[in-house]
Amino acid sequence: MTSDHAADIDRHVRVYITVFVALMALTIITVAVSYLHLPLPIAVTVALLVATVKGSLVACYFMHLISEKKLIYAVLVLTAVFFAALLALPAVTHSDGYWIHE
Amino acid sequence: MDIPYTVEVRRDTGLTNGKIGIWLFLASEVMLFGALFASYILIRTGAPSWPRGDTILNVPLATFNTIVLISSSVTMVMAWASLMRRRFGTYRIYMGGTILLGFVFLVVKYFEYSHKFHDGLYPSTSNFFAIYFTLTGLHMLHVFGGMLVNAYFWGPGAKLWKTNPVWFTNRVENSGLFWHFVDLVWIFLFPTLYLL
Repeated sequence: MTSDHAADIDRHVRVYITVFVALMALTIITVAVSYLHLPLPIAVTVALLVATVKGSLVACYFMHLISEKKLIYAVLVLTAVFFAALLALPAVTHSDGYWIHE
Repeated sequence: MDIPYTVEVRRDTGLTNGKIGIWLFLASEVMLFGALFASYILIRTGAPSWPRGDTILNVPLATFNTIVLISSSVTMVMAWASLMRRRFGTYRIYMGGTILLGFVFLVVKYFEYSHKFHDGLYPSTSNFFAIYFTLTGLHMLHVFGGMLVNAYFWGPGAKLWKTNPVWFTNRVENSGLFWHFVDLVWIFLFPTLYLL
């Protein structure tokens, strides 16, 4: 192991600690906001926004997506497209009411 | 026959086979949880009324579990970093910590579930509890699965460190990717089910 490599890992470890502190702070924010009893659309937006930031931190730094190979990005872009389609399905059914026609 | 591309990367993908394998698996996992999240949205938006999670679920316990799972992600990544620094003893401590934190998560969940059952609240009670038990139950299975793999790499699987340390480090990295994914799913489950 070269000293450059060791310094590189040390830098990574410092980032992990910073991300950990950020995740803890964001968890507290998520819970604190829920006590404000905001109207549902605003509460959903805030909760999902904070969760997305937390999730991105985990994915980018703990899962090293910030510096990954192109093939993995390609797999994830494809996954994101299908995931978005999956989540859009309820929106489609809800807007015209056809599939859940009473 | 040796498994190909466990240590050296393939020239066409730039990755080891294990790495691309775990990411493809995680992609399928995104769709599995995605389908359940989509079902949750459909059931909730179609319901005449829906209870706020914090009126029937235990938010302090779930907050504690969120902190436990995030901490376990940190110990997991530190376990991998320890192997990169060639410190096997430190790896064992961090990996042991990860397994222990996973166990704490499951114990807390056990208390949450048994409290609900004691109050006569089951998946059949309402749509809320049906989706709550399905999503958290599936997530718990993932925590348990991840713990089994991590326990293998803490114990018998760690023998590989002596013969092929780079391969072992790659295996721990891949097991870590799964563990972080499980953490990531909880990061979304927690506010969705408990706080909204």
